[in-house]
Amino acid sequence: MNDILNAPPWWLVVLVKSAIVLFVVVTTFAYSMLFERKIMAWMQLRPGPNRVGPWGLLQPAADAAKMLFKEDLTPASADPLIYRLAPFISLACAMGAFAVIPFSETSGGIWGVGDVNAGILVIFAITSIGVYGISLAGWASGSKYPLLGSIRSTAQMVSYELSMTMSVIGVLIIAGTTSLAGIVHAQTHVWFIIPQFVGFAIYIITAVAETNRAPFDLVEAETELVGGFHTEYSGLRFGLFFIAEYLNMITVSCIAALLFLGGWNPVFGLAFIPGLVWFVLKAGLFIFMYIWLRTTLPRLRYDRLMNFGWKVLLPLATLNLMVTAAIVAVVG
Amino acid sequence: MGFFGGVVALAKGFATTLQFAFQKKPTIQYPTIKKQHAPRFHGLHELRRYADGKERCIGCELCAIACPANAITVIGAENAPDDRRSPGERYAARYEIDELRCIFCGMCEEACPTDAIVLTPHFEMADYRRGSFVYAKDRLLVPPEAGVGTPPDERPGGIPADLGSVIEAKSTVDITAGYGTTHRGEILKTQRKGLAG
Repeated sequence: MNDILNAPPWWLVVLVKSAIVLFVVVTTFAYSMLFERKIMAWMQLRPGPNRVGPWGLLQPAADAAKMLFKEDLTPASADPLIYRLAPFISLACAMGAFAVIPFSETSGGIWGVGDVNAGILVIFAITSIGVYGISLAGWASGSKYPLLGSIRSTAQMVSYELSMTMSVIGVLIIAGTTSLAGIVHAQTHVWFIIPQFVGFAIYIITAVAETNRAPFDLVEAETELVGGFHTEYSGLRFGLFFIAEYLNMITVSCIAALLFLGGWNPVFGLAFIPGLVWFVLKAGLFIFMYIWLRTTLPRLRYDRLMNFGWKVLLPLATLNLMVTAAIVAVVG
Repeated sequence: MGFFGGVVALAKGFATTLQFAFQKKPTIQYPTIKKQHAPRFHGLHELRRYADGKERCIGCELCAIACPANAITVIGAENAPDDRRSPGERYAARYEIDELRCIFCGMCEEACPTDAIVLTPHFEMADYRRGSFVYAKDRLLVPPEAGVGTPPDERPGGIPADLGSVIEAKSTVDITAGYGTTHRGEILKTQRKGLAG
């Protein structure tokens, strides 16, 4: 017994760490949903959910219970295997990204499941697979609205994924590493939002499009596509998509905090506040921004979305990348 | 507009939503806090009584005739000499209002010659079955221990304040006296005098 406690096998460490991270992340999902409903309600002059528990704090639990007891429908025209599999692809990819996100750092090492030296690449790879969840869900539903949503998701995700990756490469060039912890270390003095402001702006815009959030939620577009790719989904399977969407939102917020706002580096030299608090605050700022964006802006038209992605963001990201590379080559 | 105009417009939009987030919310937390509705709000009906416990309704069916939604059913019957339900000759043996048909216009209240039917401010009538929305006398008539029913409203056209002054009027000799002593009756009398003079 003592052997296990003193020198636990690596798989046990990873398992326990994963369990803790997943628990924290799913709880964060539940409360970011409540947070979103509250903030949106306030911005629309409503009080928001306040019936379940004090200040509506038990609302996520009530929602989860509701989801669990709803009927799980599969349309007769659906491809049964892929239809059932799609939500799990979405969720698994959304959760997988958290395996390489470092949350903080102490003298003992990085706080996170794995400290991968190509962390940012792993995250982009995993979240790209997540698109399959949405595309397959729409295709396998065997119904027209989900199919339209699925087509849109493929087009939108592919075109914005490009600009997103391009916007991030600038940071990688300056930091000289693809390790997320390394990028945070490189920001001890100056956050990358200052030298890479253009990259930051492009990242924020494309991140909204990548996570299918308003005003780029053409994949769901409940007003025109009746929910888009998840029109036919109900009960727990719909819930999985819901969780995946929010986890993706949390992931891109975490990456934004890590890449551009200095991760767990304290603000104004307030080092007595733990790094984890700073990280949560910075990521929370982005989540708030997401909600704020959703309440403020109407959905873009599809052709404008594509125009904006290919004719504005991609050239701008390329230009930013080239200028950054040139400056680093000359100066550094 | 250009690029900077667009940025300014965006900033204005974001400022607006943020500003709204801190404003006071007009929501009334309904089940716990109830809205103060207008004094003469048209809600559920009530059949009132005279102070001596007699029913005001004389089964004349004027409310049923006045009802634009055909929601009221009245079946009148003769008062038994030894067991008088109302001061008049007749009383309502059955009185039913289908609250699902009712449009709460208050025409029944206007038509009633004895101010028997009034609309109370009560509006929470939700139920699970259609049948339970047909209110019969058992739910419309104020129970004897509850007194006369809806309190008087002094304003013009309101519920008359004569409650209790009709004890003498229960005599069957002068049937109209019961009505004549009511607020509306007085108005009508003066009007008639004016016409005669």
